[in-house]
Amino acid sequence: MTRFVKSPKDVASGLLLILLAAFFAWQALDLPMGRAIRMGPGYFPMILAGLLGFLGLLVLIGGLTVPAAEEDAGIGFRRWPWQALGLVTLAVVVFGLGIRPLGLGPSMGLAVFLSALASRRFNIVTGLASAAIMVAFSWAVFIKGLGLPLPLLGPLLGGY
Amino acid sequence: MEIFDNLALGFSVAVTFQNIFYCFIGVLLGTLIGVLPGLGPVPTIAMLLPITFGLPPVSALIMLAGIYYGAQYGGSTTAILINLPGESSSVVTAIDGYQMARKGRAGAALATAAIGSFFAGSVATFLLAVFAPPLADLALKFGPPEYFALMVLGLVASVALAAGSVIKALAMVVLGILLGLSGQDVYTGTPRFTFDMLELADGIEFVALAMGVFGIGEIVRNLEDEHSRKVMVQKVKGLLLSKEDIRRIVGPILRGTFIGSFLGILPGGGAILSSFAAYSIEKKISRHPEEFGKGAIEAVAAPESANNAGAQTSFIPMLTLGIPSNPVMALMIGALIIQGIVPGPNVVNEQPSLFWGIIASMWIGNLMLVVLNLPLIGMWVRLLTVPYHILFPLIVGFCCIGVYSVNNNALDVFTMALFGVVGYVLVKLDCEPAPLLLGFIIGPMLEEYLRRAMLISRGDPTVFFTRPISATMLALAVLALAVVLLPSVRRRREEAFKE
Repeated sequence: MTRFVKSPKDVASGLLLILLAAFFAWQALDLPMGRAIRMGPGYFPMILAGLLGFLGLLVLIGGLTVPAAEEDAGIGFRRWPWQALGLVTLAVVVFGLGIRPLGLGPSMGLAVFLSALASRRFNIVTGLASAAIMVAFSWAVFIKGLGLPLPLLGPLLGGY
Repeated sequence: MEIFDNLALGFSVAVTFQNIFYCFIGVLLGTLIGVLPGLGPVPTIAMLLPITFGLPPVSALIMLAGIYYGAQYGGSTTAILINLPGESSSVVTAIDGYQMARKGRAGAALATAAIGSFFAGSVATFLLAVFAPPLADLALKFGPPEYFALMVLGLVASVALAAGSVIKALAMVVLGILLGLSGQDVYTGTPRFTFDMLELADGIEFVALAMGVFGIGEIVRNLEDEHSRKVMVQKVKGLLLSKEDIRRIVGPILRGTFIGSFLGILPGGGAILSSFAAYSIEKKISRHPEEFGKGAIEAVAAPESANNAGAQTSFIPMLTLGIPSNPVMALMIGALIIQGIVPGPNVVNEQPSLFWGIIASMWIGNLMLVVLNLPLIGMWVRLLTVPYHILFPLIVGFCCIGVYSVNNNALDVFTMALFGVVGYVLVKLDCEPAPLLLGFIIGPMLEEYLRRAMLISRGDPTVFFTRPISATMLALAVLALAVVLLPSVRRRREEAFKE
C-alpha cells in the first residue's frame, strides 16, 4: 500500500459507500422529486443518497489521514476464505435455480452437499448423510407439515 | 388495580395449551441455538418467521420472544463450560464463569447464571408491565413530526451506543433505509429501485436480507478459522449453592437487574452493553477486585442478570413505540407487520390480549428455562460438541427453504445469496451490519412520517424545531452524536469496548 492510504479498510469502505450513494442517486434521478410540501417518490431517496455519499467521504478522508490501529491487520484479501464464500453462495444460488424445475429434493440435497464442501473438514460420508437428512426433514416439515405447494421432484424429473 | 386485571388477562392468554406449547418450543429452540456453535438468535428467528405465518399472532410472538431470551440463557452455558460465548452478550460471563468451571465449580456457576437470569427476567417483565402502557399513552399524543424525531433519535442512539466507528454505523443506517425504500412508493405507486422486476414491487424481502446478512454471511465468517471445541467438564455436579455463595450473589444480582433493565430500554445497548456495564461496576465496588478474572462468582451473577433483564426490557420500545432497539426487535416488528398488526402505541390498547399475553408468557418462559437448564444440563453439554462442519450445511439448507417459503419466490433465494456476500464484505470492512437492518425496518415509516409532517407544515421544515417534543428529541440526537464524536470521549469509548 502507498503512504497515502493510512487505513486500507476505511479507504475501501469510503469508496464503496460513495459508489453505492452514486448508484442510488442515479436510480433516483428517474423518479419524480416533487416539492417539500408534497414529496415525490424521489425526494427522500435523493436526500439519503446525498447523506450516504457525505458519510462515505468522511470515512474515506479518515482512512487517508488517521492511521489504523496497530492490531488492525488490514483487509487481507488473500486470507479471505474465497472457497467457502464461493461454495456457500453457489449452494444458495443452485437451490434458487433448481427449486422450480428440479423440485425440493434434488435442490435441497445439492445445496446442503455443496455447502458441506466449503469446510476443510469435509468428508464424503457426512456430506451425503447431511444432504439426505435435510431432504427427508424438509419434506416432512415443509411439504407434509406446512403443506407448501412444492413437489419433491420437479417437472424436469418426472414430477408434476 | 388495573395492572393486575391486565396481568390476569395476560395469563389467561398465555396459559392455554397452545401458547404454553409454543412458549416451550421457543425457549427450547432458543437454548439450543445458544448452545450450538455459530448460530445466533437473528438468523434463527428469521428462519422461523415463515413457519409462524400460519399461527395466531400471539402464539407467533410468544414463540419468537422465547427464542430470544432462551438464546441468552443457552449462550451463558457455553460461556461457562467451554469459554466460548454462544451469544455476544455472554462474553463477560465467559471470563469468570470458565475460571469457575476450571476450578470444578461449573455447577455453581451455572446455577448462579440460572438464578440471576430468572430473578432479573421476572423483575424486568414486571417493569415492562408497569411502564409500557403509560409510555404507549404518551406516544399516542405524538403527531408525525414527533414520530419522525423519535425515530431519528432511536436510530442515532442505537448507533452511538454500539461498538465500532460511529460514522460507518450511520452510513449503514442510511444504506438500510435506502434499501428499505425499494418497491412501490405508497403514495404514488411508482416503483423505486426495482430494476423493472415485478417480483421487487413489494420491495426487497426483509427475511431474505436478514438471513443473508446474519445467516449466510455469518457462516462464511465462521469458516475462516475452524477449530474444534473441547468441553472442560463432562459431568456437571454441585448445582446447589452454599450459603456463602448465596450471600455473595444477592447484591450483584440486584445491581445487575437494575442496570440491565435500564440499559435494555435504550436503543442499541440492550443485552450486550448491560452485561459489560454490570461487570465493570461489580469490579469497582467489590472488596476483592483481585478475584475478578480468576473465578469470582459475583462476576457471573451480575452480567447474567443484566443481560437477561436487558433482553426483556428491550421489548418496551418495540411494543409501545414500534421502534426496534436491536436486530432481534427489528425481526419482531417484521413478524407483527406480516401478521397484519401495525406496530406502535396502538398495540397496547387495541390488542390487549396480544400485549399482555406476551408479557405473561415471558415470565412462564423464564420459569421453563430454569427447569430446562438445570436438571437437563447433561443433555446440553453433549450438544456443545456438535462439530460445526456438520452443522452449517444444515443451516444453509434451512435458510434456503425458509426464505423460499415466504413468497414461494426464487428471487428471494438469490437476494439472500447476494446479501450473504454483502454481509461478509461489510464485516470485513469493519462496518457492523446490525444498524443496516434497523434502518431497513424503520426506513419506510421514517419516510411516511416525514412526508406527513411536511404536508401538515405546508412544506416548512422548521416544524421539527418549533414543536417542543420533536425539538427536544432531535436536540438529544444531535447531542448524542456530538458526544460520541468528541475526540476524548471517542478514545475512552474505544477503551471501554475493548475491555
